[in-house]
Amino acid sequence: MTALVWLQYALYFAILVLAAVPLGRYIARVYEGQDGIARRVLGPVERGIYRLAGIRADEETSWKQYALCLLAFNLVGALFVYLIQRFQGYLPFNPTHLPGVRPEIAFNTAVSFTTNTNWQAYGGETTMSHFTQMAGLTVQNFLSASTGMAVAITLARGFARRSTATVGSFWVDLTRGTLYVLLPLSLFLAGLLVSQGVVQTFDSSATVSLVEPQVDASGQMITEQILPLGPVASQVAIKQLGTNGGGYFNTNSAHPFENPTPFSNFLELMAILLIPAALCFTFGAMVRSPRHGWILLATMLALLVPLVVLCAATEYGGNPALVGLGLDQAAGNMEGKEVRFGTATSALWATVTTASSNGSVNSMHDSFTPLGGLAPMWLIQLGEVAFGGVGSGLYGLLMFAVIAVFIAGLMVGRTPEFLGKKLDAYEMKMASLVILIPSAAVLVGTAMACLLPDVAAAAPNPGPHGFSEILYAFSSAANNNGSAFAGLDAGGRFYTVALGICMLIGRYWVIVPVLAVAGSLARKPVVPPSAGTLPTDTPLFVVLLVGTVLLVGALTFIPALALGPIVEHLRFAVAAGGVP
Amino acid sequence: MNMLQFIRTLISLLLLFSVLFGLVYPAVMTGFARLTFPGKARGSVISVNVIEMGSALIGQPFSRPEFFWGRPSATTPQPYNATASAGSNLGPLNVSLNERIIERVAVLRENDPGNSLPVPVDLVTASGSGLDPHISPAAAFYQVPRVARLRGLPEDRVRRLVEEQIENRPLDLFGEPRVNVLLLNLLLKRMAEKE
Repeated sequence: MTALVWLQYALYFAILVLAAVPLGRYIARVYEGQDGIARRVLGPVERGIYRLAGIRADEETSWKQYALCLLAFNLVGALFVYLIQRFQGYLPFNPTHLPGVRPEIAFNTAVSFTTNTNWQAYGGETTMSHFTQMAGLTVQNFLSASTGMAVAITLARGFARRSTATVGSFWVDLTRGTLYVLLPLSLFLAGLLVSQGVVQTFDSSATVSLVEPQVDASGQMITEQILPLGPVASQVAIKQLGTNGGGYFNTNSAHPFENPTPFSNFLELMAILLIPAALCFTFGAMVRSPRHGWILLATMLALLVPLVVLCAATEYGGNPALVGLGLDQAAGNMEGKEVRFGTATSALWATVTTASSNGSVNSMHDSFTPLGGLAPMWLIQLGEVAFGGVGSGLYGLLMFAVIAVFIAGLMVGRTPEFLGKKLDAYEMKMASLVILIPSAAVLVGTAMACLLPDVAAAAPNPGPHGFSEILYAFSSAANNNGSAFAGLDAGGRFYTVALGICMLIGRYWVIVPVLAVAGSLARKPVVPPSAGTLPTDTPLFVVLLVGTVLLVGALTFIPALALGPIVEHLRFAVAAGGVP
Repeated sequence: MNMLQFIRTLISLLLLFSVLFGLVYPAVMTGFARLTFPGKARGSVISVNVIEMGSALIGQPFSRPEFFWGRPSATTPQPYNATASAGSNLGPLNVSLNERIIERVAVLRENDPGNSLPVPVDLVTASGSGLDPHISPAAAFYQVPRVARLRGLPEDRVRRLVEEQIENRPLDLFGEPRVNVLLLNLLLKRMAEKE
């Protein structure tokens, strides 16, 4: 790794933090209903939506009703996306006359986009019409992201409020998040992406000549190349900002029409972590303790940065299995990577997209070296709390904070309190559910897939790498990431259904306990800090929190990782002529 | 909250958002793109003498030795099939990755017998999209002697052509230096036709 690489990484994180601070404060003002530029422009739209939908903006609900609204809205949204896909053959904006999507793929995709996972069991350019991409998928990109933010904001309110029975209005939170946060940022980003060459048109495709006509396997002359087009920039912008990650095309942000230049790549990378980072400061502003925002962000960075370095260093090492074939591997392990991004940017993207629950890719993780691939996989398995999804990362990490406070309390005999709220058995139980449920879904799902011979055979790579592909798939689904070791043929009935169920569990069985904690905290009074209170705004607490996340992540997943990437790494070392 | 009111809110909110984010937002962006970057919005197509000769962003297959070759492509059924982007997704220890690379190195050596330099890795590994338009400058320079010999051009002229086509890192910082194979070959063709 050269100095240039280090400088590139340092600059990326520095700009990220600089942009996140003001955005975070702005988001807090949005949800508190204060005036701003966006509100002056889009305020009439907000009020119009409330009038047409019969929503009273000042009517708050209990956490149970909040959860009910959220679940019902997500259910209706998923049904809508399912039906659009099934009937896309009869709907407009289908220039290539694609037929309705198969039921299990449509189920998987509908679940995938409403849960903010954006796992793709289909190839975009060959399966989905423009109408499905816009009215189905792009819409859910906005709504699932705003749903996640709403839950995080509700939890922040739980900490901020005193002795209150209500936690907010889901309809209002949902509307404000989309209108004032996601929409303006998406318009801005999409505009910049178009300037870089990301396509944006309602035309279906363009046909161009090949400079050197080719003869295909059956002896036919191929003289033309068909370029698929579509309203891509508008979808790519929100897919990155909303930590969705579902690409317009099969190869996602490795595709030149989604990510044509190093600058577009930098913008998209920034967009992936921007809102998750900003929400730390939103939280700090809402609980009137900006220091806690910094503590959360420092924890996220402390989890992510070492894994970025691990990934980049191993990818730069190249592939020892290719030594002796007469190659110059100075550029690193280039299988599955694009030249314009190279190893440095690909490794940064792979770890950033898995630390957040984004899951878009600009290189093929399946072809990474074993430890290079372990870094993204483990970041997913840590529960998507190092940045995580928009909203979901923050509430995930706050649940870990509840556990950390409790563990520390047990160790040194302190009363478990966080931000002046006393934490009881109820909060502990809910936090444990949030952490255990997705992990169980990953491990049980992987075990099931391995026990079914036909299903295990869908992993095309032999040996431990095939196991890694299956483990990665379930980790990605149950933690709502959406990236893949994409060699796995996940289009069959078992994977579409099993992964769909994992996505549902990993999303809603987490959201409901989080809302329960929000409701319970909002009801509590604030206790003034005493001599027995553990301070939670110090570097020591960052260490505790990082330790808790790593401990849970390591204990839960190292046995499984040992069977996949770690075994593969040992074989790798043999190929390199190292350890026998 | 009564049931009817609840259902009305659910359905109307979903429909309103679908219109706003599913139709208005993409339509506004499409209008903006058509006004500001009409060429880029429609795929950066390059025209040579009125013929649309490919996109500056999407690679094309080259296999004749008098052209510069791009990255191997894993798309099916033919390489550089832009309607179905794909990477190989072969694991690093997969035997067929090894076999494919040995074969590609052999083809390079066969077409350029005098050249025993190490082969730049990007020239024999499949790209992520299968449509990568670029190769590294090293991979382009590696091919200069072969192309110059087969085209009957002086080596330093071909080398200069490559040097002129190198796109550097923006701000000397992000991404990697690279050469667009399609643009390079179009220029090469024009240069050879002028001779």
